[in-house]
Parts: sequence; C-alpha cells; structure tokens
Amino acid sequence: MIEIKNLKKSFAEKTILHDVSLTMDTGKCNLIIGSSGSGKTVLMKCLVGLFAPDNGSILYDDLDMISMSVPERKELRQKIGMLFQGSALFDSMTVEQNIKFPLDMFTNIRHREKMKKVNEVLDRVNLKGANNKFPSEISGGMKKRVGIARSIVLNPKYLFCDEPNSGLDPQTSLLIDELIHDITHEYNMTTVINTHDMNSVMGMGDKVIYMYMGQKQWEGNNKELFYAKDEKLAEFIFATDFMREAKELHLQHGNKEQV
Amino acid sequence: MKFFTKFGEYLLMLKGMFSRPENPKMYWKEFMHQCVEIGIGSLPIVIIISLFLGGVTTVQTAYQLVSPLVAPSTIAQIVRDSMILELSPTVVSIVLAGVIGSKIASELGNMRISEQIDALEIMGINTKAYLIMPKIVAALLMIPLLIALSAILGIWGGRMAGDLSGILATDIFDIGLRQNFSPYNVFVSLVKAYIFAFVISSVSSYYGYFVTGGALEIGRSSTTSVVVSCILILVCDFAVAALLL
Repeated sequence: MIEIKNLKKSFAEKTILHDVSLTMDTGKCNLIIGSSGSGKTVLMKCLVGLFAPDNGSILYDDLDMISMSVPERKELRQKIGMLFQGSALFDSMTVEQNIKFPLDMFTNIRHREKMKKVNEVLDRVNLKGANNKFPSEISGGMKKRVGIARSIVLNPKYLFCDEPNSGLDPQTSLLIDELIHDITHEYNMTTVINTHDMNSVMGMGDKVIYMYMGQKQWEGNNKELFYAKDEKLAEFIFATDFMREAKELHLQHGNKEQV
Repeated sequence: MKFFTKFGEYLLMLKGMFSRPENPKMYWKEFMHQCVEIGIGSLPIVIIISLFLGGVTTVQTAYQLVSPLVAPSTIAQIVRDSMILELSPTVVSIVLAGVIGSKIASELGNMRISEQIDALEIMGINTKAYLIMPKIVAALLMIPLLIALSAILGIWGGRMAGDLSGILATDIFDIGLRQNFSPYNVFVSLVKAYIFAFVISSVSSYYGYFVTGGALEIGRSSTTSVVVSCILILVCDFAVAALLL
C-alpha cells in the first residue's frame, strides 16, 4: 500500500500539488485521472522519487520514502517498476537486453536463469520470439509491452504507468490495459496509473482518483463514477457525447443497485 | 549569476558521480564500451588530421625558412616540437571536442528527453555514476593515447611530405628529429592531453545530462557543449603554456 500525506510541490513560485493526501491500495489498479496540468505527472514523479516534494510524506508499506537514506531508497526503488509514456527503452539494446538489464544490474543469478526469466516475462506480455529486435524495429504497442516486461522482471511490489495508452490505437490500448490489470492481480502489486483514457478508467479502475488544480477532487471506483455528484469530475468524464450516452444507458439499465 | 548556477550544477554533477557501483561488472562493461566509442571511433579522423597537420607544417616551415644560414634539419625540429607541444594536443582536442563532445552530449540528451535516464533512476541506479563516470574515465584513458599517436603520425606525415615534395630528404629530417629533443615537451603535451580530455568529456556530459525540452534542445546543447569545450581548451592551453613553459 502507498499512502500519501499532505504532499506539496512547487516549481519556482507556482504550486503544483496542494496538500494531497490519498491511499493506493495493494492488488488494485489505482488510476489517477485529470485534465492536463492538474498535477498527475508531478504526483507520479514525486511518488517514484524523481521529484523531491516540498512537504508531506510518501509511505510505502509504512516506510516513509522521503526520510529514507540513500541505500534504503535504492533498495525501495528495486521494488518499483515503471512504464513510461514513451516506453523509455534503451535504444542501443535489443528487446532481450532491455529486459535483462535490471537482472544484470541487481542480481547475481546465472545467465541461463536470467534468460529463463526474460523469456518468461516476454511470453507473459505475448512477445515470444521478439528477443533480438531493437526498439526502433517494433511498433508502439510492442514497445509498451517490452516496457511492461522490463518493469516486472524483478517482481516489483509497486508498478507505475504513466499514460500507458498514449499514442496507441483503441484495440492495442485495450490489450495493454488488460495486461496491466491481469499482471496487477497476478503479482498482487500496487499499481498506479496516470491516464486520460476513459476506456481504461471504465475497464480497470479498481480505484479512481480525480485530480483538479493540484488537489484530490474525488475518489471512488469506476462504477461510482456514473453517480458522482462532483461537477468538475462530471465535466471531465462526460465531456464527450459518447460518454454522456454511455452514462444514460448505464442509468437506464438500472445498474445503480449493483453499486 | 547564471554562470555560477551552471558551474555549481556542473560541480554537483561531478560530485554525484562518486558512489558505490550497483554492479561493478556492468560499470566495467560500460567503461569498455566507451573506450571503444571514444578511442576506436575517433581513430580515423585523428589519423587523417595528424598526417596532414605534420605535412602542412613541414611545407610551410620550409617556405618561411629562406635564410641559407639555417640548417634544413631545423624544419624537422620545428615540426616535432609544434606537433608535440601544440598541434597534436590542441588542434586534435578541438576536433575531438566536435567528434566526441557532440556525440556524448547528444547521446545523454536523447536519453534524458526519451526518459531513459529517469528509467535508470527509478531502477535505483546512480545515473551520474553509471552514464557519466565511464565516459570521463574512458576519455582520460583514450584521448591522451590518441594525442600521443597523433604526435607520432604528425611527425611521420611531416617527414613524408618533406620527402615527397622534395623539400627535405628523410635522412636530414631524421637528423633534425634527434637534435635538441626535450622529453619535458612530451610531459607538457600529456598534461594538456589529460586536461583537455577531462574538459571535453565532462562539459559535454553536463550539457547532455541536463538538457530540457525536445529534439531542438538536444541539437542546441550539443552545439553549446562543443563551443564551450573549444573555448575552455584554448584557455587551458594558454594557462598550461604560461605555467609550465
């Protein structure tokens, strides 16, 4: 579980995060949604330690990351996997080398065992046989899957995904969502996902946090979204005709009782 | 004020490189990779430049030495000392600032923009130690070797040019080469080589590592790193000459 308490972050004189407090549950996909500039990415970068917050605490299973020593923080980071918006694969390495890199850096296991592990995760993300391809030779969806494979190769406890569907077609987006959702439950990870994609929100939002102007505006799950009273959230979620129609259909079918 | 901010950032970057490696084997692998990139990668241009620098120095020195009172073997002495003291360390380093410096800056800049550096940080790797340190150490090893090779090739190029153009016979050139040779000049040349190697690798690493923005900024930081490295090379060249000669 990740617990954030009174997190504040400013750049120069502009405050991006105002006293954010929230909890990310274990074994669930915790989605952070919000319009551009709402502070989602800054929040995620604070969570993974790329930005140092001005105030507040970030507790990883009751251990405060901010007050950790450098070796403790390094140890924690090995339990964190992250999928970047642009995948952030190492250009000069093949798919196999990319995935093997964390194993080479942090484990002393034999080459054969490393390769077994690499092939296992490649198989898990449906990329069997893509070992020797370079990132420039594969599609955006494949890059994301390699990114996921690299993130999970050390069996992390926490997985962070920054806009995993950006730049992907709807079908591939769905596959990536399913993969993240399944892996989260399979490995019992705490997964935090930044997204704009409403299909992702509806499909895998075990927990949804809506950020507005650097503050947590709303918290719930994907089913509760349809009945949320928050005006700002409603404006954001039901901005398109498609989503408004989906809401009407949902309400007509009387799913309210199921919530 | 901006200068001091950048200089402080540069010093902090250098300080940040010193930490216990997560896996020494991986650092060694990266170091060897950089040795190949910097050393072998720059070899063709260093060979070509050195041969021509030596050749041109021979021809132009002969052109200016019109007095019959000056022995022709003096040309060889001038070529030798020019190559060892100035042309090999400084001119070759300026060229290497373009070749290696821009490569380092654009490589790190690209890694920064495409979040590869962030990915390494999140894994718990000290990116300054893993990405910058091997580049600087490899440059400190390979650039002095390239400069030593350049001095040898330059002198050989001068000898060949003198012979081919009929200015100076090789036996007279060889006599001149051995006259008044001061090993101290080689020491000064190596001091310059180490300083320039550090300037090229650290300045370009700084500009690449701290790049912000997009593809345009990578190009800009790469150009800035070359310009700053060249200026610093010339300033250090003057300082070393003033202090050691």
